[in-house]
Amino acid sequence: MKINKKIAISESGFVFNPTTGDSYSLNPIAAEILDMLKKDLSEDEITDALLEKYDVTASVLHRSIDEFIDTLKEMKILENE
Amino acid sequence: MENYNMEKLNFERPIIRKINTGISNKFGMKTEFEPIKHIDNVGVKGLAAEYGSPVFVLSEKTMRRTFNDAKRAFDTRYPKVQFSWSYKTNYLNAVCNVFHSEGSWAEVVSRFEYDKAIANGVPGNKIIFNGPDKTDDDLNTAIKNDSFIHIDHFDELYKLIELAPKHHKKPKVAIRVNMDTGIYPMWDRFGFNYENGEAWEAISKIIISNKLEFTGLHTHIGTFILSASAYAIAASKLAELAVRIKLKFHKDISYIDMGGGFASSNTLKGSYLMGIDTSPSFDDYAEAITTALINSDIDPDNMPLLILETGRALIDDAGSLIGSVVANKKLSDGRKATIMDFGVNLLFTSFWYDHKITPAQDFSHHSETTTLYGPLCMNIDQIRESISLPPLKRGDLVVVSKVGAYNMTQWMQFIMMRPKVVLIDKKGEVHIIRHNETREFVESLEEVPLHLKKAKDVNGNKHKHNGKPVEIDSKN
Ligand SMILES: Cc1ncc(COP(=O)(O)O)c(C=O)c1O
Repeated sequence: MKINKKIAISESGFVFNPTTGDSYSLNPIAAEILDMLKKDLSEDEITDALLEKYDVTASVLHRSIDEFIDTLKEMKILENE
Repeated sequence: MENYNMEKLNFERPIIRKINTGISNKFGMKTEFEPIKHIDNVGVKGLAAEYGSPVFVLSEKTMRRTFNDAKRAFDTRYPKVQFSWSYKTNYLNAVCNVFHSEGSWAEVVSRFEYDKAIANGVPGNKIIFNGPDKTDDDLNTAIKNDSFIHIDHFDELYKLIELAPKHHKKPKVAIRVNMDTGIYPMWDRFGFNYENGEAWEAISKIIISNKLEFTGLHTHIGTFILSASAYAIAASKLAELAVRIKLKFHKDISYIDMGGGFASSNTLKGSYLMGIDTSPSFDDYAEAITTALINSDIDPDNMPLLILETGRALIDDAGSLIGSVVANKKLSDGRKATIMDFGVNLLFTSFWYDHKITPAQDFSHHSETTTLYGPLCMNIDQIRESISLPPLKRGDLVVVSKVGAYNMTQWMQFIMMRPKVVLIDKKGEVHIIRHNETREFVESLEEVPLHLKKAKDVNGNKHKHNGKPVEIDSKN
């Protein structure tokens, strides 16, 4: 799983895919996760980091991240290697 | 029981949303919780009292400041830059003349706009004539006046080759190029395509014909383009064409015209974030375009003039609409609705933007979510599907910000007449720059055939049917 190299991510939580011309907006936690993905952190590392920081149970967090990553793949922002 | 650390932050599900202008904003956006009581130090209440509600208000100061911000962004990065005011964006003469006085040429797309530019005193050789629909007369006039004709299709190209010999000079032409810059939708309806070789074919035809003077390359990749890098792609592709022209025909082109399309700081419908945080700055666009040109293989001693037809981004911020509340309502499902005295008839851009709407008087910090409707008897007349505003009552004033682009040209006279437009000059003086329409004005273009004149009213009889007065049975 790798982030599509062509994707532009702005600091304000805005994503642009030049291949499709699509733009996306992120809420702050989504922007945080995308940033970690960009830094090549694994899904487990991301989960651990977020568990540490946020008031959330592991099961809710896992479900949220899985769902989010699936969405990113659907949007071709993440690619399987 | 799970033990939460109280220090930890509140968790919100991560979400990503595609920004789609067709889908409205489910989040609702917080309005600025400070009233707007003045525009350029002129009281909003006084403006509404004197010029009526609704009324459009333009700030000359903001126009000039924005123009100079844009100009500086390009001038500091590229040796030769020329702005050309996009008439369709706002062609009130006072507005055009503000930009002309700052040095802008005119960019027009119809004879109506062309003649407006001439009447505004713009020399013919500083008018760029774009658009797909130019008549023979339009073309002849543009040739006579030495205007730059941007060819949109082969029919126009052949027509120009046919018309040229009747003039004692070669018509100055450029071609409009459309291309893939990663922006969707691709505006391939206009001009000649880059990727499939059509643009090159058009260029070759023009140069080989020897009847036209090939002056430049033009593109307009779309409007409200949120990606500066799309401009870098476009500029590189035009630069490649310029290099190829030099190689094959040993000719330097005079200019590269990048069109318009820069985003203003408005917020697109359905966007999670405010436009002000997401729209690239003039510096971002300028950096993308000028870097692409400077890094291209164009001979550095013969860099073409860079023309920009920026519209929206130069005027949006300078325009406000003052309006007032007509009524508060509750919809059948319990949602709140507020009816305003302005609707999509005046705010065409509410189809695209979640406009920033701010009360003009003090209020408490309580707010409620409501749907803002206009006064038209039409379902589409919705200004904001969901907006958080302090509780407003009938007669309260609001200011809709950043409405300077496209509204004063795409407004429609439907049900209501168009209101006044005023301009606040740099000294704070207010000038009417367009009067409100009157019934007499609207009807001045109408003709009523004699037999339909003053048909006596429904109950006043005097109608004739088959030559006989119609009897109306009053018992029915
Ligand atoms: C050819 C051309 N130039 C310039 C503009 C101005 O565009 P914008 O207001 O997006 O800057 C337009 C708008 O559609 C256009 O069609």
